[in-house]
Amino acid sequence: MTDVIWVYAELSDDKVTTTSLEMLAKAAEIGKAEAVLLGPGPEEAAETLAKYGASKIYRSTDPIYRDYLTLPAAETVAGLIHTHKPAVMLFASSYSGRDLVASLSASFDCGAISDVGDFELKGSGVHATIPALGGSYQNTSTLTGDGTKLLLVRPKSFEPKMKEQSLSIEQVPAVLDDRLRKLRVKERVTVKREGPQLEGAKTIVSGGRGLKGEENFAILKDLAKLLDGAVGATRAAVDAGWVPYSMQVGQTGKTVKPDLYIACGISGAVQHLSGMKSSKTIISINKDADAPIFQYSDFGVIGDVFKIIPQLIDELKKRKGMQ
Amino acid sequence: MNIVVCGKVIPASSVTIEIDPNTKRMRRKGVPHELDPAAASAVEEGLRLIEKHGGTVTLVTMGISDATIGIRNALAMGVASAVHVLDDAVAGSDTLGTAKILAAAIKKQPFDLVLCATESSDSYSGIVPGQIAHFLGVAPMTFAKEISIDGNVIIVKRQSENGYDLIESSLPLLVAVSSGINEPRYPQLKGIMAAKKKEIKVYTSADLGLSADQVGEKGAREKVLTVARPPKRQAGKVVIDEGEGGKQIANFLAEIKVI
Repeated sequence: MTDVIWVYAELSDDKVTTTSLEMLAKAAEIGKAEAVLLGPGPEEAAETLAKYGASKIYRSTDPIYRDYLTLPAAETVAGLIHTHKPAVMLFASSYSGRDLVASLSASFDCGAISDVGDFELKGSGVHATIPALGGSYQNTSTLTGDGTKLLLVRPKSFEPKMKEQSLSIEQVPAVLDDRLRKLRVKERVTVKREGPQLEGAKTIVSGGRGLKGEENFAILKDLAKLLDGAVGATRAAVDAGWVPYSMQVGQTGKTVKPDLYIACGISGAVQHLSGMKSSKTIISINKDADAPIFQYSDFGVIGDVFKIIPQLIDELKKRKGMQ
Repeated sequence: MNIVVCGKVIPASSVTIEIDPNTKRMRRKGVPHELDPAAASAVEEGLRLIEKHGGTVTLVTMGISDATIGIRNALAMGVASAVHVLDDAVAGSDTLGTAKILAAAIKKQPFDLVLCATESSDSYSGIVPGQIAHFLGVAPMTFAKEISIDGNVIIVKRQSENGYDLIESSLPLLVAVSSGINEPRYPQLKGIMAAKKKEIKVYTSADLGLSADQVGEKGAREKVLTVARPPKRQAGKVVIDEGEGGKQIANFLAEIKVI
């Protein structure tokens, strides 16, 4: 019997998120992939899921899933798991993914595995690979018990793959219980983002605490522009208010895998490393010779970012014949 | 208002954390500890809320005896008292076991609001707050960037993928705060002196009514099978800048054909 693997699909700007498609690819590769999609959204969303391997889609377009956080979705997914008992259910390490896994793992008393980079099915169990402590360890974990195994999957762990399935949608009745209307979304605010985005950038130039202030990110922008790349930042730089959250690379920010990552004034905290260490080539500049980032770098320069980056910019301009 | 802050004391940031291949757990004993900076933000937020609305903040933590230093730090910041779950039997707990223990300890305190960090700075699983909320029977409000309370109504500015959401709820509630929600205060001498006299209640899991098969490695649903070092990245070249650092990077970029 083929194992049924569910993916909790999410929408962002009315589009199925890339991580949802990545998880579907893995699910379809090792079992029968099915998806759960809750909340209002365009018809194409379900079509996209089918195109990327979902042989069935459990769907509700009820606004309760958009207007109230976590509780309605957790109740609905719990009911679906209880009825259909998939072998595994995958969630993205996103805001709603984490909240749902926390809730479901407690209500089923089944536990969950966070930060999964890969997994395989072994008998009725699952063996998950976790890049622990920023990837300095590679652990494998399993979950005891007979129920559905809940896994929180790191973005960029798999490649999305087209695997066209005929569209099969099963409508799910929305939950009605007023108890679930506890976290009401009053307003959703989209913060406008400027410049090239991290998603899909082939080159990323990132700054950390060593940049010392907001104004100094200007030189990173200049460098990124010359390399046709985007600018990223560490959590420290975002927390300090120098740059917006949309630029954060790391465990709680974006996971990126560019061809080239230039880390400027970044020491290489576990939080940051987990979001960028799979980059193809890593160059780092830091004044501290003991900074962990150097251990992950293909080329590192120990020195002052404020001297080295301007020189690099000049040099790139010269070689491009701009000077 | 009674606020319980649930926070962790972890190996200091100067310590490179290692996993013991035999126990498959992080090595915690004998290394310097500190209040997790993420937990310090939750403590700070609790203190700011009671400074505005009145009340007390209690810290609940679970950890080895080395955790005391971090508990004292929270007390010195202004927390009224602390609860320390200190028990060899809880070692090796998974996220779910940890949440059961913390929820049981929180239930022994009166609370209107439970604050915690979104994730700890050593293990980063990010699901313990939501699990605690379930066991407490309150809703989980995570990734909070700003909290405001008016009577029984609480409004939280919550981080989202594209900006933020404003979420309205009512107390009691569990709120997990994002790092960067505030700049935690440094304890002052007066606070440090006062902290020495504050109470730290110590509980074992049995005191909390939890049986041995619910906690620790025995009670864990997640079992770590293997612990290994991934294949090391091919060691790169590191040079000291002697005035040519920028040019050397440009040369490297030319070598890998980026320019």
